[in-house]
Amino acid sequence: MTGDVFVLVEHHDGAVTESTYELLARARSLAAATGGRAVACLLGHDARPLADGLAADAVLLMQDEALAAFVPEAYVAALATLLQAHDPRLLLIANSTVGIDVAAPLAVSSGRPLIAYCEALAIEDETLVATSQVYGGRLRAEIELRGPAIVTVVGSGLAVSRGDGEPLPVVESASAPAIELASAPDLSGLRTRFIARHEPDVGDVDIAREDVLVSVGRGIDGAENIELAEDLAEALGGAVSGSRPVIDAGWLPKARQVGKSGQRVKPRLYLACGISGAPEHLEGLAGPELLVAINTDPNAPIFDVADYGTTEDLFDVLPALVEALHGAGA
Amino acid sequence: MKIAVVLRQTVDLVEELELSEDGTDIEREYVTLKLSEWDEQALEEALLLAEETGGEVGVIALDEPDVEQILYTALAKGAAHATKLMGLPDDLRWSGPRAAILAEWLGGGGFDLVLTGVQTTEDLDGQISGLLAGRLGLPHAAAIIGVHADDGGHTVTVEQELAGGVVHELAVELPAVIGVQSSRRPPRYVPISRIRAAISAGGIEEVAAPAIPGEAIGVRRLFAPRSSSQAEMLVGDADAVAERLAAILAERGIVSRLGGVA
Repeated sequence: MTGDVFVLVEHHDGAVTESTYELLARARSLAAATGGRAVACLLGHDARPLADGLAADAVLLMQDEALAAFVPEAYVAALATLLQAHDPRLLLIANSTVGIDVAAPLAVSSGRPLIAYCEALAIEDETLVATSQVYGGRLRAEIELRGPAIVTVVGSGLAVSRGDGEPLPVVESASAPAIELASAPDLSGLRTRFIARHEPDVGDVDIAREDVLVSVGRGIDGAENIELAEDLAEALGGAVSGSRPVIDAGWLPKARQVGKSGQRVKPRLYLACGISGAPEHLEGLAGPELLVAINTDPNAPIFDVADYGTTEDLFDVLPALVEALHGAGA
Repeated sequence: MKIAVVLRQTVDLVEELELSEDGTDIEREYVTLKLSEWDEQALEEALLLAEETGGEVGVIALDEPDVEQILYTALAKGAAHATKLMGLPDDLRWSGPRAAILAEWLGGGGFDLVLTGVQTTEDLDGQISGLLAGRLGLPHAAAIIGVHADDGGHTVTVEQELAGGVVHELAVELPAVIGVQSSRRPPRYVPISRIRAAISAGGIEEVAAPAIPGEAIGVRRLFAPRSSSQAEMLVGDADAVAERLAAILAERGIVSRLGGVA
């Protein structure tokens, strides 16, 4: 095993994701402690131009037509080949759809332990200490590992920037890193085939551009209650958004979803109503200027990141706030 | 099409979580359990697919407290079979040991498709669907929001949700393992009378769990995050909270500057 720290470069539609740059920052810091290199693993087809901006000691570039779009099976086979050939201490992957899809099968096939939902990583006396989110962000688990591992890492986003530390620097390399070409395994027998990519329908309101979002979660308790949030949004000159359960229940359209698989938003005011603050939701918040949480559960993780909070019932607070705002304007 | 759906009870996060004496687990004796919400979505997607293809759904779960309730509910919703794996090792907190046992049983089941939720709240060492796929040597796709049977029944087309609402369409040869993010329709409601009827009819098959324990990940400690109660809590009744909030929004210039009511 070497001291190298590998990072899977996630890229879609010709652009490297922001989470990749965060992972490279972590990798450089960890590699300094392990005595290895921070190595970016770039899989793709015609992906060479993406290597130049990667702030890594080296880029392992593997090119194959089968890697042109994200196909989980192809990625697992490609990464397994790299792990076998180079035997790094760590492989860091973003805790995205790609990470969730690839990390677990790769852990089994490579015989390496997997740590998921990791938000902090450190090397202490040659031991990896990883801190992960569990139970919807209500608790953290600290894990020790001496050997190699695969780690899926949550975005630093709101939880870190407002919690335990400074946001990780997102650094693109000013100078081109060394590029090493890696041979792809035989990918001719894949059982998974990419068909098409579909862009989201923005709908009538682009919540990513709104300055005020009144965002509702499971606590809104039914489509018939969305009107309460709409009244408040209108009074504030904003729009209504929602968390995943609200979208899945069909109470709001998909274009209004904030979170990991929805939109990433940065409003001046984010009013979270009946939202618990699960990590997947917080990943969609890119640091609002003011975050106010209304939730009857005093232990809801949303209060860990909010500026102001109340455990009063949202069904009482929302109409009262509309009235108070009208009073203020009168 | 023969579809297996892996179901799991998880801790209801509405309850306060207490740590066990050694601090490496939660106190499980008094927690309330419920069907993992993503597994409920997986069951619905499987039932839809079975209805469209004339296939059948079998649900499988490990023998854990109150698990009969979710298995009977699945039968009442339309699952054809329910299996409970009996005689389990003690440490099933995380995904690895669970996946080892389930994969051993599923491997002999002749299933075309294995569906389960994309995640649970206890996936410290990875998500079950990917671990199952790895152990079974089958293709895998996670964060799926729609599964459609293709002509001939040899492949399915799945819709995979990526960041920002982007969706990839993939064709996956069967057999395969799919981690479901959400079903095409909200999970169906089943009246309590049908669940009672399912309970009366019995129908849960109890099978000895294969003795294939996976290695559990070593947890040094669990703890509540340090940033707890960072928010300044507004006190008083709803009217008092609203008045204070309106004042804060005005102080911050959010109401007037944004063309609100001020």
